Amino acid sequence: MAAARDYDDIPGTYVFDGRQSQQGYHLNMFCMSLNDEANRERFRTDEAAYLDGFDLTSPQRTAVLKRDWLGLLQLGGNIYYTFKLAILDGLSMQDVGGAMSGVTGGEFAQMMIDGGRSIEGNRRVGESAGTHSSAGHTS
Amino acid sequence: MTQIVGGIGTSHVPAVGAAIDNGKQHEPYWRPYFDKIQPAREWMAAEQPDVCIIVYNDHASAFSLRLIPTFALGVAAEFQPADEGYGPRRVPAVAGHPELAWHLAESLIGDEFDITIVNEMDVDHGLTVPLSVMYGEPEEWPCRIIPICVNVIQYPPPSGKRCLSLGRAIRRALDSYGGSDAEGLRVAVFGTGGMSHQLQGERAGLVNTAFDTAFMDKLIAEPDAGCLRPHTEYIREAGSEGIELVMWFVMRGVLDDRVDEVFRMNHVPTSNTSNGLLILRNAQ
Repeated sequence: MAAARDYDDIPGTYVFDGRQSQQGYHLNMFCMSLNDEANRERFRTDEAAYLDGFDLTSPQRTAVLKRDWLGLLQLGGNIYYTFKLAILDGLSMQDVGGAMSGVTGGEFAQMMIDGGRSIEGNRRVGESAGTHSSAGHTS
Repeated sequence: MTQIVGGIGTSHVPAVGAAIDNGKQHEPYWRPYFDKIQPAREWMAAEQPDVCIIVYNDHASAFSLRLIPTFALGVAAEFQPADEGYGPRRVPAVAGHPELAWHLAESLIGDEFDITIVNEMDVDHGLTVPLSVMYGEPEEWPCRIIPICVNVIQYPPPSGKRCLSLGRAIRRALDSYGGSDAEGLRVAVFGTGGMSHQLQGERAGLVNTAFDTAFMDKLIAEPDAGCLRPHTEYIREAGSEGIELVMWFVMRGVLDDRVDEVFRMNHVPTSNTSNGLLILRNAQ
């Protein structure tokens, strides 16, 4: 197992380091291919067939097909890459932010208008109650 | 010799570009932000730089995990807006400045900054949104542009100290430029990205305006101390994408040790981001 990093204790955060990049290379390069309109059209037409062209693991493939936004990060996806899939679905970054943190896109957008997710209680795992999605509403 | 008109630190939030492109500036969500940045646009219109050096990051547009240059310098005569997944932004193409860009390449590498030289590179919102922020919607961008692309997507990005040093090396290059248009050439430099924001994970939506304010204060007054902030502190305090702020140190390095603050703005939120805009100039 790779050595621990001093950012591993930051809650709800998947730092895209070498560990993540190795795991997610093909997943991210699939997402990258969606920069091309012809590829987007091919993917829309038959998602499973299009994915056959990329060397994804079975969990990665399932996460793509199910649009499991948090799972994609946990399987090595980088948000700037996985967001290309969200763009294809017509989703905003706030929709995806909500999906990853367990609220609706509308609730997420309102949290941002209210000042965003507070840093208080969100610096370290176990720092205080509510280190995950609920903490944003305390700001 | 070139003349440094100022340094601009700005967020490069894609939603700001979309608001401009889709005519939403006057909607209630966007109006406060666009009202706040108006003085910065007036400053830009008055200063009329001939060249803008824009330090930004690519977001899986021109570069991907296939090839990850830490610092890349665009030397082409033109750069096209990139398709980031929804078609290219309908903004003007970016005119480069090959003569000055090649001088930068030669000077930087001679100065031991082994920068990657790029001839073909589409530019994404990281570069075009700062232009829209400062210039609005002109038919053509009223300046030539030299893109300097910094990797901040694949961890680890360069350190703040390295970015500050790069800025100082760019300044030495500007001071030694003897090209055909060098006399009185007016140059502005942008450091873009930030401020606090986290797009990913259960902690998405993080904003820390106290950090943002302290970051700007230290960038202005004590850059040699401010640049030593560890990466983990950015991630922890300013969010995983807040680490883009290291790029503001390149801008700061181009300026003199002593600077005057011309303009400062911080607005929460634009989309998922604490949006900052800062203009500095060499102390008068």
